[in-house]
Amino acid sequence: MSVSNQLYQEVILDHNRKPRNWGALPGANHRAEGHNPLCGDHIVLTLDVGSNDTVEALGFEGEGCAICKASASMMTTAVKGRSVTEAETMVQQFRDMATGKLDPERDPHLLGRLKVFAGVKDLPSRVKCAILPWHTLHAALNNDAVASTEDPKS
Amino acid sequence: MSAVMKDAVRTDSAAAGPDFDRIRADFPILSTRVGDKPLVYLDSAASAQMPQRVIDRMVRYHTHEHSNIHRAVHHLSEMATAAYELARRKVQVFLNAGSDREVIFTSGTTDAINLVMHGYGRKFVQAGDEIVISAIEHHANIVPWQMLCEEKGATLRVIPVTDAGELDFAAYQALLNPRVRLVAITHVSNALGTIVPIRDYIESAHALGIPVLVDGAQSAPHIPVDVQALGCDFYTFSGHKTCGPTGIGVLYGKAEWLEKMQPFKGGGDMIASVSFEKTTYNAIPFKFEAGTPPIMAAIALGEALDYLSGIGLEAIARREHELLDYATDEVSRIKGLRIIGTAERKAAVLSMVMAGIHPHDLGTLLNEDGVAIRTGHHCAQPVMTRFRIPATARASFAFYNTFAEVDALVLSLARAKQVFGVD
Repeated sequence: MSVSNQLYQEVILDHNRKPRNWGALPGANHRAEGHNPLCGDHIVLTLDVGSNDTVEALGFEGEGCAICKASASMMTTAVKGRSVTEAETMVQQFRDMATGKLDPERDPHLLGRLKVFAGVKDLPSRVKCAILPWHTLHAALNNDAVASTEDPKS
Repeated sequence: MSAVMKDAVRTDSAAAGPDFDRIRADFPILSTRVGDKPLVYLDSAASAQMPQRVIDRMVRYHTHEHSNIHRAVHHLSEMATAAYELARRKVQVFLNAGSDREVIFTSGTTDAINLVMHGYGRKFVQAGDEIVISAIEHHANIVPWQMLCEEKGATLRVIPVTDAGELDFAAYQALLNPRVRLVAITHVSNALGTIVPIRDYIESAHALGIPVLVDGAQSAPHIPVDVQALGCDFYTFSGHKTCGPTGIGVLYGKAEWLEKMQPFKGGGDMIASVSFEKTTYNAIPFKFEAGTPPIMAAIALGEALDYLSGIGLEAIARREHELLDYATDEVSRIKGLRIIGTAERKAAVLSMVMAGIHPHDLGTLLNEDGVAIRTGHHCAQPVMTRFRIPATARASFAFYNTFAEVDALVLSLARAKQVFGVD
């Protein structure tokens, strides 16, 4: 099966059609917006981080391609209930996986089913689409209001 | 009529014009395969492919002719200089410019527009002045003027666009006033395909003594252009969109403007004499060609223009119009697909949005079938905003495309709908 057929057909179309944790989270104490100016993907992420530094709940809204939306949807289910430290680790691991630096079959990681996005490393023009929600999560956890895929630190 | 029949009819009747099957065979890259699928290249608006003849010209230049130009008296330099200046005259003929002194080689359309911004704009535009552009410009014909207006304290005025993608001529005329220093306007929209009736726009501007720059990046390759008949003061286009190489473009400018303008880049060749006390500038066009130019690319551009003229721009326009008509008909039948850019007169550009499938996902899936289209904002973010969409999927056709390739596009769009499970 071709790279992008694999990417689209396994799980991603499901999450694109029925995104999990869709909508703004009422009572959120962290918020960030993410934007990919090159293709128009836009995401608003809201988090409820508990006093024990656990990401209790997440919500996202926005407009963008299937890869971005599915990445965001799967991210919210994977990160829910994790500690902030674990969430930040997952951000780094997802980035590394999407850019081919982490092999989910060989290297240890917390990504679970998110390894379905490993194939995006072979579609360089779509890597930023997959990474945007994670970039936005990092911004939200660090109280940066806006993230862009074109930031030098991204 | 089916695509197969259409292609057959074309080949059979020689009297009906050039043989486009034979012409297609001139382009070696079109035989490329994408995985196991034949390439269906529908992105010529971004960059056109190069015929073998132009590829060969570049090789021949470096095999037999190359040397730096204008500076030496040896044999190779004479050959290279002659070939470069011959290319300049070919451009003059292609555009029907009054003189070859009015043809300046640049690195592309963007470079050419920036040249006018620096050479004309920075010298003549003052605080309180206005620059008029349109709502359908490519960023290359927006950003330099924004930069100029910010520097000078001038104001940018924008001609509005209708829902069909046509410019509002009455609104344009209302924008013209004695404070306007320049109208900068596209001939053909790269995002919408709209062909702007620029002669009317130029006449209105000239009635008030306002010069007009025409961005011809999408017109020079596709329709016959006569800069004297149009009357434009400046006209720009890019070599890589006219089947030439990247890194070369043209600014045509009326001599009386070019002579009044200040230079853009300083350096060798654009000078007459240099001393630490005073430097004097060279005559046009050399005043605007500092440093060693892309000699090979200019010569290759000349060859490409010869190639296009050999087919005939009228025949090219006709062929591409047939492809556009067929594609528009077929694509309009796809449920959920909306065409953006429905002007009455269009170049062969088809911008689309599909319900339920983001353009980027569409492009990725089409690529699986070997179909190359472009997705995104096409360096025309204001157009996307105006039509309230984040991006479009754009198929653009050149004379070397076939009706069968249109069928491949349509099939691929249908398959994408299946993959996404949209109706």
